[in-house]
Parts: sequence; structure tokens; C-alpha cells
Amino acid sequence: MAALTPISRKPFWLVALVVGLFGGFIGLFVGTANGNGPMGVFIGAALLIGLAWFYIYVLKDERAGRGITFAGLGIAGFAAAGMPGLVLGAIFGAIGGWMIYWMYEGRYRAYVPPYLTAGQVLWHFTFRVICGAIFIFLITPILVVLPLSFNAQDFFTFTPEMLRFDPEGYSLKHYRDFFSNNEWQRSFKNSLIIAPIATIISVTLGTLAAIGLSQSHVPGRRAIMAILISPMIVPLIISATGMFFFYSDVGNWLEGLGLGKTFVGYVKVVLAHAVLGIPFVIITVTATLVGFDRSLTRAAANMGADPVTTFFRVQMPLILPGVISGGLFAFITSFDEVVVVLFVGSASQKTLPWQMFTGLREQISPTILAVATILVFISVCLLTTLELLRRRSERLRGMSPG
Amino acid sequence: MKFTKTFMATTALTMVAGIAGADHHMAKEMTIVSWGGAYSKSQLKAYHEPYSAKTGASIINDDSSAEAVAKLRAMNEAGNVTWDVVDVVAADAMRLCDEGLALEIDPDTMLADAPDGTKASADFGDLLVSECFIPSIVYSTTFGYRTDLVGDTPPTDVCAVFDTDAYPGKRSLEKRPINNMEWALLCDGVAKDKVYDVLATEEGQNQALAKLDTIKGDVVWWSAGADTPQLLADGEVIMGSTYNGRLFSVIEEQKQPVAMLWDAQVFDLDGWIIPAGLSPERQARALDYIMFATDTQRLADQAKYISYGPARLSSAPLVGKHAELGIDMAPHMPTDPNNAKNTFLYNYEFWADYRDDIDAKFQAWLAK
Repeated sequence: MAALTPISRKPFWLVALVVGLFGGFIGLFVGTANGNGPMGVFIGAALLIGLAWFYIYVLKDERAGRGITFAGLGIAGFAAAGMPGLVLGAIFGAIGGWMIYWMYEGRYRAYVPPYLTAGQVLWHFTFRVICGAIFIFLITPILVVLPLSFNAQDFFTFTPEMLRFDPEGYSLKHYRDFFSNNEWQRSFKNSLIIAPIATIISVTLGTLAAIGLSQSHVPGRRAIMAILISPMIVPLIISATGMFFFYSDVGNWLEGLGLGKTFVGYVKVVLAHAVLGIPFVIITVTATLVGFDRSLTRAAANMGADPVTTFFRVQMPLILPGVISGGLFAFITSFDEVVVVLFVGSASQKTLPWQMFTGLREQISPTILAVATILVFISVCLLTTLELLRRRSERLRGMSPG
Repeated sequence: MKFTKTFMATTALTMVAGIAGADHHMAKEMTIVSWGGAYSKSQLKAYHEPYSAKTGASIINDDSSAEAVAKLRAMNEAGNVTWDVVDVVAADAMRLCDEGLALEIDPDTMLADAPDGTKASADFGDLLVSECFIPSIVYSTTFGYRTDLVGDTPPTDVCAVFDTDAYPGKRSLEKRPINNMEWALLCDGVAKDKVYDVLATEEGQNQALAKLDTIKGDVVWWSAGADTPQLLADGEVIMGSTYNGRLFSVIEEQKQPVAMLWDAQVFDLDGWIIPAGLSPERQARALDYIMFATDTQRLADQAKYISYGPARLSSAPLVGKHAELGIDMAPHMPTDPNNAKNTFLYNYEFWADYRDDIDAKFQAWLAK
């Protein structure tokens, strides 16, 4: 991006204010970790303001100044806290050094429009800081899990070895446990059996229901819609209790027909999960149908296509994005679900969330974190693939990806 | 009862003939409910794997013992009991037995004799606390402390828990009155044999709560057995109560700087029940499993994997070394004479009578 605004050097007080705030903010964390928050704020702010003064009035060489801050704080961090101190100190130094010159040379002004007032420039950057903070707030709980899953110990604890980046402190044993432990493998397999089948059922029924309910001549459309999406609104524990008794009877009846106990168990859980998934499909497909041009079906009928052909050749391709995202929601609902399966399933249908739930309660084992890491990885891959496919199909259809 | 008798006879015959695997009157698959974690693993190694190898039956584990009572009630109501053998603590077994949800067991015909011919009823002795309950282990709830956080004089007395001057820092206690009330009274100068007499009175309960009140600000409350080990490993608490097997695993298997404080440990029993109303095939399978899993050798085998004392007298001399670490297990048993100098036995009758009352008071005190 080209510079929008000519820049000029800024007064020292402004530089001191901004880098002081930054240093104080970082100092707050370091200080709190060492048991004295206010002291940390003071030291952090004073350190950066002092450095800024030194560079601006004494050193007058940007490259040297930034190098000194980066290396100096890295070494100081190493002296204070070893390996993690080195990394954190160097990062802090790099950002701090960059920030001093960014402020002093007035570079922050270069890429915002020249007509903005000082207050608007301030808000421009404050807004970005807030957005970044929200992002960190959302993502940190997920990221914290990743390193802990490589813990060499059986606790949810960052050991001193891990903080020193000592290879001894890390191991793949929790991943090995997941792939070799029968209980985990069985529950993983169960999830992979139950979720796709439940998804197929909910997508089929949900899409049919959405198409039917979008016809204006269906009597009591709103009431039917409300009933169909009620599993999403009723508290899960209540659905689960009802389902437990309902599916017990269904199960006893099916077993009376001579079907195997394990098979009937799967049928019960799959049906229960399909019920939970249907509302998501109905909602997304109904939303897509709003933009669907009815005259296309009439045109197809005019050309002699029967309703089934019309559906598969004309309507389905156009509403496919809604169907797929509904299916994705239904899949995740089933894959994540723990309450209903605890009630309806028996131990041979134990799914991954069930296993994680009991593992977390009875034994706080980092295998759960290893599984969580794998699941995060799978979800990221799944969503990336889906997004790439969507862009590809839009490109093929001559639309710009949005 | 007719079914029971028929299939008891079948079971006995099977044992005599020694062809349990080929028996067509037993279900091929069974669901065993237990506590999960290291405890289920010890059962898997000592009971499930040998049993499957011997009979060909496949065993599915369900780690639902924590809610066994509620779930069994619901299953019974829905007419769909999916469990075959359930591992529960003695108090839960008593409740299930009273409600008719568990099968009554005759120890001398349904359980194996000791190798020297002693009848099971004599071998288990006093530990057969309920008609439906087959005890398998004696465990204790006791304290562990961080050796590096308690200064130069490590605690030897349970009252260290209440001494925040000598041992400053957080301690973890279970979020229920049982055990905590006894310890509080003991450390408030009540003689050990008077603890339950005092606790039965209104003033006694208030006295215990007042003692707990002195450390309330320093307590982290736990509800799952895995909590205290995690808190100790984090150094978040300096001492905490939990089951002795969990502490054994923290100290010997995870090599954490933690030591045991056996003083005033509270013994309790854990064991099996068989749900009432199983189909004859499933009940036969469950009884066959129980006969196998509670014999003298099997109970001693479990102690190779976890430091809980076997419930049979005849098993004690057979307790050997840890299967993986190779250390002698006997000194880590709660029942070892060195550890059992000062102990309580969970007072079933007292808590059956007073639990609801004291629970309500305790919860009200917690919320204050």
C-alpha cells in the first residue's frame, strides 16, 4: 500500500506516552507472574520510555537502536528466566524497538488518510487493538491446549522442562495412548459411524421438510416449523430425558423383533442425533430457498421434467451451499454431542465426547488434550477444504469469490 | 428366584467341569461398569483380560460408576438395564440393595473358596456389609502433601490441615461433609472414639463446621478423584485429600514431589453388584465373572497395578510387586501396619442415618 500522508517526526512526549503504555501493559503480565503487578507496570513503562529517550536524543541510529533493544532484552530475559525468557524478551524487544521509531518518525500516520484528525487516528489504531484483543481472547483457550498435549507428564501442567524447551519435557505418549488405547479407538470409531449416518438422515429429512415448508399452500406451516426446530430450542437435558424413555421402548421393541442388542443401540443413538441435526438443516436450507427463483421449477415442468428430475437437476444444485452447510452443522452436532448419547447410548455406543467427558472427570489425562488437538486439526482441514471447494465452484460459475 | 437357582446351578456345574467358555447358556458379551482411569486399568489387567482369555467372553467397559445409582434407577424404570456387573462403593451398594435394584448374593455358593478351603463368607469376614455387595478392595481417603512446599518439618499429623500458621497455603478437601467433619472434630480435641457421638448432636455438627470455618478461605474443594493429584502437581495446593491409589500414582508413577500423610486415613470398601432383573443368560455370565474376579489370586493380582488392599484375608500374603515399576506393593497398601497406625472405618450406619441432614447443613455452610 502506498503512503497516503507525508510524515514528520513527532514530539518526544507522544512517543513516551505510547511506548510507555505498551511497556506498562506487558510489564503488568510479567509483574503479576512474579507477584507484583504495579511494580511490573512501572518497570516496563520506565524501561521503554528510557530507551526511547536514549535513542532519540543520544544514539540517533535506528538500525543500531532496534538491534540493541532486540538483543538486549532477549539476553536480559534469558538471564532472568532461561529459554522462555529469551524468546519473550526478544519478542518484546523487537516490538518495543519498532514501536519507538514507528511513533517518533510518525510512520503510523503514513497509511491513514491525510484529512483525519488526531482523535480519528487514535480511534483507527485503538479499534485495531480491540479487534486483536478479541481475537486473542477467542483463540488462546484453543492454542493453550496444543503444547500441553505434548506434555511428558500426566497432568495439565506446564512443567519446568517444557518452559525450558527441554526435549525431555515433551513427548508423543498421549498421542500414542490415543492410537493404541482400545477405549479411545472404539469411541473414535463409534463417532465416525454415528455422525455421518445421522448427518445423512438429517440432511435428507431436513431438506425435504424445508422444501415442503417453503410451499405457500402447506397448511399450518409455522406450527410445523416450530415443532421441527424445537430440539434446538428445548434444553438438551430435557430432550435427553424424554429420548431416554422413548428410545428405551423403541429399543425393546426392535430387540423383540430379533435384532442384535448392539445394532439396536446404534440405531437409537443415530436416530436421536438425526433429530438434533434436522433443525440446523431446515434453517440453512430455508434461508437458501428464499433466494431460489420458483419460475425455474415451472420452466422445468414446462419442458416435461417430472418433480423428482426437477429437484435433482435444477433445484438441488442451486440450494447446495445451504444443504452442505446444514449438513456440516448436523455433523458437528452429532460429533460434539455428549448429553443425549450419555442417556440414550449404552457403553458399546460410547462416542468420543463421552469418552472425553468421563476421562476428564475420572482422570485428568492429557490424552484428552491430544484428542482435542487432533480434532482441531481435522476441523481446520475440513473447513479449509470446504471453503476451497466453494471458491472453486464460484469461480467455475463465473462469480468472484466473496 | 427360580431362574437364579437354575442358573446358579449351571454356574456351579460349569465351574466343576471347567468348560465355562463353551457354555451356551451364557451371554457372549457383557458390560462392566467401573470408575475409569487407573482403577479401570487395574481391573482390565487383573480381571477382564484373563477372564476373556479363559472364556472368550467380550467385555465392554462403561466408566459410569459415579452415577451408578441414578442410572440404574432410570434403566430399571425404562425396563432396559444394559449393565451386567457394576463396581460401586459399599454405601451405594447398600442403597441399591435396599431398593431391590441389585441381586442378592450368597457368598458361600456364588463366590470361590480360598485356596485352603476357607469359605468365602469367612474369607471376606466383616467386609460383607450388604447382602448384594461383593467387596473387592479396601481403599482409603487420606492426605498427600508437596514435600517442597511444607518447609523443614513435614506434617505427620492430620491436624496439619487445620494449622495454617505452620503450613500456609491452600489445601484441597472433598466437597462433602463425610470425612471432613470427622477430621475437623478430631483436630478440635474430640477423642477418636467419641467422634460419631459428638457428630450426632447439633452442637457437634456446629463444632465441626466452626473448625472447618477456620480454614475455609484456604480450601479448594474437589469433587472428582483426579482433582487433588492435578492440584498437587500444579503446586496450587500444598496438601489435599484424595484416594490413596491416586496419590500412589502421583508419587511413584509420575514422580511428583509429593508424600503421603497416612494419619487418620478413612477406610472404605469398593466392590461389585449385579443388577437385578437381568435375563438368565446375562445373569449367568455376570455370576461366572464375579466368581472368577473375586477369587483369592485375582484380588491379589489387582494390587500389582494399584495400591488398594485386597478384600480377602487369604489374598494379603500374595500381594507382590508392582507390575511395571517392580517396587514392593505391601508398604503402599493402606492396610499396611505402618500406614494404619491411626485409622477410621467409614461409618456406614452413622452416615446412612445422618447424611441428608448433615449434607444440607454442610452445603448451607459452604454457600455462606
